[in-house]
Amino acid sequence: MTTASTTTLQSNQLPQVHEPRNDGMALDLDWVASAQANTSAIERRAATLPGRRSIKKDYQAAWLCKAISLMDLTTLSGDDTVGRVRRLCAKARQPVAQPLLDQLGMSGLTTGAVCVYHDMVETAVEALEGSGIPVAAVSTGFPAGLSPLHLRLAEIAESVSVGASEIDIVISRRHVLTGNWQALYDEMRDMRAACGDAHVKAILATGELGTLRNVAKASLVCMMAGADFIKTSTGKESVNATLPVTLTMIRAIRDYQDRTGIKVGYKPAGGISKAKDSLLYLALIKDELGDRWLQPDLFRFGASSLLGDIERQLEHHVSGAYSASWRHAIG
Amino acid sequence: MNIKEIFDTMDYGPAPEGSKEALQWLADRGGIAGHYINGKWGHLRDDFPSNNPATGERLAGVTKGTAEEVATAVKAARKAQSAWAKDPHKRARVLYAIARGMQKNSRLLAVMETLDNGKPIRESRDIDVPLAIRHFYFHAGMAQLMESELSDREPIGVCGQIIPWNFPLLMLAWKIAPALAMGNTVVLKPAEYTSLSAMVFCEIAEAAGVPPGVINIVTGDGETGAAIVNSDVDKIAFTGSTEVGRKIRTATAGTGKALTLELGGKSPYIVFEDADIDSAVEGLVDAIWFNQGQVCCAGSRLLVQEGIADRFYSKLKARMDGLRIGSPLDKAIDIGAIVDPIQLAQISKMVGDNTEGETYQTTAPEGCFYPPTLVTGLAPASTLMQEEIFGPVLAACTFRTPAEAVEIANNTRYGLAASVWSENINLALDIAPQLAAGIVWVNGTNMMDAAAGFGGVRESGFGREGGWEGLAGYTKPVGKPRALKPIAPHTGSGGPSDPLDRTAKLYVGGKQARPDGGYSRVVYGPKGAHLGEVSLANRKDLRNAVEAMNAAKGWGKTTGHLRAQILYYIAENLSARADEFADRIKALTGKSGAEEVEQSISTLFTFAAWADKYDGQVHGVPIRGVALAMKEPVGKIATFCADDYPLLGIISPMAAAMAMGNRTTLITSEPFPLAATDLYQVLETSDVPAGVVNILTGSHTELAEQAGAHADIDAVWSFSAADISTTIEKASANNLKRTWVNYGFEVNPTAKDMLAAATEVKNIWIPYGA
Repeated sequence: MTTASTTTLQSNQLPQVHEPRNDGMALDLDWVASAQANTSAIERRAATLPGRRSIKKDYQAAWLCKAISLMDLTTLSGDDTVGRVRRLCAKARQPVAQPLLDQLGMSGLTTGAVCVYHDMVETAVEALEGSGIPVAAVSTGFPAGLSPLHLRLAEIAESVSVGASEIDIVISRRHVLTGNWQALYDEMRDMRAACGDAHVKAILATGELGTLRNVAKASLVCMMAGADFIKTSTGKESVNATLPVTLTMIRAIRDYQDRTGIKVGYKPAGGISKAKDSLLYLALIKDELGDRWLQPDLFRFGASSLLGDIERQLEHHVSGAYSASWRHAIG
Repeated sequence: MNIKEIFDTMDYGPAPEGSKEALQWLADRGGIAGHYINGKWGHLRDDFPSNNPATGERLAGVTKGTAEEVATAVKAARKAQSAWAKDPHKRARVLYAIARGMQKNSRLLAVMETLDNGKPIRESRDIDVPLAIRHFYFHAGMAQLMESELSDREPIGVCGQIIPWNFPLLMLAWKIAPALAMGNTVVLKPAEYTSLSAMVFCEIAEAAGVPPGVINIVTGDGETGAAIVNSDVDKIAFTGSTEVGRKIRTATAGTGKALTLELGGKSPYIVFEDADIDSAVEGLVDAIWFNQGQVCCAGSRLLVQEGIADRFYSKLKARMDGLRIGSPLDKAIDIGAIVDPIQLAQISKMVGDNTEGETYQTTAPEGCFYPPTLVTGLAPASTLMQEEIFGPVLAACTFRTPAEAVEIANNTRYGLAASVWSENINLALDIAPQLAAGIVWVNGTNMMDAAAGFGGVRESGFGREGGWEGLAGYTKPVGKPRALKPIAPHTGSGGPSDPLDRTAKLYVGGKQARPDGGYSRVVYGPKGAHLGEVSLANRKDLRNAVEAMNAAKGWGKTTGHLRAQILYYIAENLSARADEFADRIKALTGKSGAEEVEQSISTLFTFAAWADKYDGQVHGVPIRGVALAMKEPVGKIATFCADDYPLLGIISPMAAAMAMGNRTTLITSEPFPLAATDLYQVLETSDVPAGVVNILTGSHTELAEQAGAHADIDAVWSFSAADISTTIEKASANNLKRTWVNYGFEVNPTAKDMLAAATEVKNIWIPYGA
């Protein structure tokens, strides 16, 4: 392997100021116990958001470009092949047709990362070489996370060793559902340690946690244990990223920052397929967490089909005519 | 900024809603708002301008309605009323058509509202207009159901309706929909700042098939409003300031015009330490920064538990920083313009005059805008905690315990709404009923719907709008009441037949008390027999009775079962002495008393029966959750009893009030007081707690003024034959208590009418979610 130097690769869109990494803290069970999430109120806030924020014209185009730059372009299928992953990486390098980018003044735009299974990491790293686009690997017995712990930890190390600079781990939902916060904390700690310099995104699988209160508590515990990002879903649960879940998780991130001074990243994944939805997410992040979070070191979309819709909207912005999907290159 | 620059800053850009269509609509109609009377536009004059507060630009001229024009409108409404009242199904169809028509013109209505009022287009588009439409749908159903469900009620007649500028179209809907549904016709005056959406509405209503004269709109200012109050209408419905509400109460006193008032508020927003704090902070955006805080039920008093106060305030300030204030037509604006520079000046003055606490303000653009403002560290005694500001200004103080939260929350002249934030169901559901308010939101704020009544207690006014409870304000009992003739006490001479002194005292706080004034009078029988002497109560005796009622406040928390047991016990003890009471009534009135005693016992049974059965409702509001319409006791009721029924006249209001958990002071039949005074012994032996029932004898005329003006009496009822209705209503303007007076007519209310008068409907909204 000659990829050691790429493990700390950063996207060319990263801001100049680097945030300190989240090293975690001791498990604070009082804090976990006091976490509240009022489902109805959170849903109301989420439901009225589309009416409260509207992004139009040049602003919409710029925000959609931003969404691309924050995207973990993802393929996580049993039928992934080397060829399929290379194609995806090519799309990550050139997410939007060059003439369109030229007209938008956004030449050089790439996605935030490419996200694949472990077996495809080497392929992706190779295909992205020189682009500055990091490779993220889903790990730890993704998506269920029920393989033996030592194997899950070993899997992380393997992925890191072949060049993944970001590891998306899945937590053991059973620890949340049984309130075993210590076990969740210990597991997350071990996984973070296994990641070494690679950044770790903790997938909570919120669709399987039962309540928003559990989502809030699991978010806090994973951050205390050193997660760099917290992420909603594997994309394989029946309910994936939603605005209410997002609100719950980013409020936990805000509390964690208030308490520790550390900024933790957020990644909604699964179910975000429309350009309009991505604008809503960005507006929610902007309003609740602030502009600093609208950078790839603190926010990512986990998405596979979102890019296609954004491309059509961008072409519409430039041409004034509605676009068609076949006019845009597939990944 | 080019796209790359925006990409770097990620700023919000402009997202304007177009106003061309709305402005064209005005231009096409000559640019003048004015009267719509008897199905025709008329008398359009440019008497004063209606401006867009966000820009200062003139939108239209407005006609100032004169008293003659009001009279013409009332005449048209009168003429149209009986035909309109005839066919409930036709009314349902017309109301349904109005709802549909509003839906079809929803964008025009929303843009017009925002232009005229300055509220963000998001609010007019997503809240005001949909809620207004919902009101017509809901009441189309009420029209359809009136015959079957309200067979003992009929329309009041012609309703004068005066609405405020903060929700011009929504308040119009709240007024017109129920009035029309129940078969009334209306003369409505929009607020002088905001007449334009009413113009659009008239066209929609006409197209929906509203017959001429059923809806009449007269534009104008306060003088035009006063002309409506003084016109030949049967009812006034007013939403606006408490100050104007008082004037209307005074002006309508004794006229027999029905009155509902929806007035000011200073609603508490209580955050307990176990609340979802982020959600509670977000709730404040909808509580006090909704419609620039120009909302009567705005959560304008923040009460936060001391242990979390600092953290709460810092989160709140961060949220305030994110509020976007600016052009109301921008679709990404949170806070728009204040309705008028005059209102802006008032808000600025109130905040500027404040010297207490710490003020945190964000910034606002030049013009008629006021920044979101938080004043922390206040005390309940601070002016900003007591007075309604009607702007985006939140006054905050802390509390230590649930009991203290309730105490501070209720330490106000107002009683419109309240919010309670806690994740503990026991705590939240314990606090909600204790709050002096007509509406309580648990873990939410400013939730409204046509299916749930809206309205307050104390100086926030009386009556409800919306829900089944709202229909009482637009209906009256079927039938024509008979005029009462004053009954003079019998006269006579000579001494008592029984030489033993039998001077009846007063009954206050469970004890027989001598009158403060030390005066009494002789009560004679119809043939001049000296039956005994009776005390003459004065204002101080009334004061003592109120103190006794205050001491008995636990009565309101007793169970219906217990209250029923006590009422049955009274009936039992009265029954045991039935002959004695029948003889007494005969001696006083000359008529056989047996039947009246029987009726009294039966009435006690009726209200004992109702004590644990007059249930509230769960309204079908469109949320995942419930709106509990709880029937709460009014509190302390003073009643001037009917003169012609010495026993039944006191038993009936007493039993109704007691059954619902009220404490009561009854001023007995003036000419025939001795049956009521005989009741003391019955009450004393029936386990009635001291202070729940207090009985005074004396002059109705003398005590009417005192009872009406006493700030610590919640309601006054009068069935007296004396001419005291005007006095009571006029005096009540001081504190806006509920009055139920007879205007010199015989009132034979049904038990349900009495129970309704003895209760307030409190709507407790409880959204839920695991």
